[in-house]
Amino acid sequence: MELSGELVGIFIGAMLVNNFTLAYFLGLCPFFGVTSRLETAFRLGLANIFVMLITSLAAWLLDTFILVHVPYLRLIAFIVVIASTVQFVEMFIKKVSPGLFRALGIFLPLITTNCAILALALFQTSRGYGLLEGLVFALGAGAGLTLALVLMAGLREEAELSDVPSLLRGTAMNLLIAGLLSLAFMGFAGLFGGSS
Amino acid sequence: MEASGGRAYDELVKGLWRENPIFVQVLGMCPALAVTNSAINGVAMGSATLFVLLCSSLMISSLRNLIPKQVRISTYIIVIATFVTVADFTLQAVAPAVHRELGAFIALIVVNCLILGRQEAFASRNTVGMAAMDALGMGGGFTLALTSLGGLREILGNGSLFGVHLFGDAFQPWVIMILPPGGFLMLGMMLLVFAWVKEARAKAAQRLEREAA
Repeated sequence: MELSGELVGIFIGAMLVNNFTLAYFLGLCPFFGVTSRLETAFRLGLANIFVMLITSLAAWLLDTFILVHVPYLRLIAFIVVIASTVQFVEMFIKKVSPGLFRALGIFLPLITTNCAILALALFQTSRGYGLLEGLVFALGAGAGLTLALVLMAGLREEAELSDVPSLLRGTAMNLLIAGLLSLAFMGFAGLFGGSS
Repeated sequence: MEASGGRAYDELVKGLWRENPIFVQVLGMCPALAVTNSAINGVAMGSATLFVLLCSSLMISSLRNLIPKQVRISTYIIVIATFVTVADFTLQAVAPAVHRELGAFIALIVVNCLILGRQEAFASRNTVGMAAMDALGMGGGFTLALTSLGGLREILGNGSLFGVHLFGDAFQPWVIMILPPGGFLMLGMMLLVFAWVKEARAKAAQRLEREAA
């Protein structure tokens, strides 16, 4: 009971209270880059969850068995692991489900440079999460990322059709929308003690 | 000689304003918004990025004929990660308070798309000198943008600049500006002002042309 409560706290904390995109500013490139259509935004979110889960597992293995001896190699080891994980996931999906592979297209390899993934591995280490906690944290962070992407894409599709001053069109408006979303997410602060 | 000096100067200044990484290219947004809740953090983050960008550019451009094309991206990432580790540990030793403040974002310089982008687009095709100029310009522009963003947010959200209080006790800080939403809002407003200035200038130029004709 104690453990499951803690896990729920980690999950909600990563998804809503400290949403990776809107509170920590991680993964802003896809957030502004691919949120012009709802469909692609959602699929990219799912691919991110998948990569995050695998990264979390790999980071835990690395941390527990290898990096205790060479802590200064952490950053290099993580980034190499993430790059190869993404490559591996890409080959795997291509083999198993060509349809999904085509649907994801260029966004799949681009996940490598999504800072949310590296941040996930680093946070997991610095907070001392174990295997199970790490996986739940990855799931929550991924769900939060997907939520942010989908919300943003929905708002942008609406904004596309509305009458907006020409000066505001483009990045400036997207930033203001993101600011308001972030403001809304601050309402979650304090949930579960606001910690984690 | 004259021409090459002119080009070097051009590579240096283009990053500062005309192709400013934050305001014009909108690259490297994550650190730009996350740590700029005060001017000093903007300076620290900007200089750390400048250091990594300069070192990696020098390294990549001097090795550009040796790196095989197929594995170039992985090579860039490993070079960048090495210099980020150096910057991370140096900052931790020299200024532990700043390091605590910036948290994981120093490590996250690795995935700053600005740095990887400059390696791929510039350092891997140009001489060491030009690559250094480009890195200094882009890094300088990045630092400039982060410092101004951080400064504005600090003034509005905390009533101070570089930790020095500007207003009297009557000042009510606009706290939201140093919280996450403030980052998005402030950068959005800055981009809006730049777009407005650009349009006003274009209109003025048009009017001048019409009057001349």
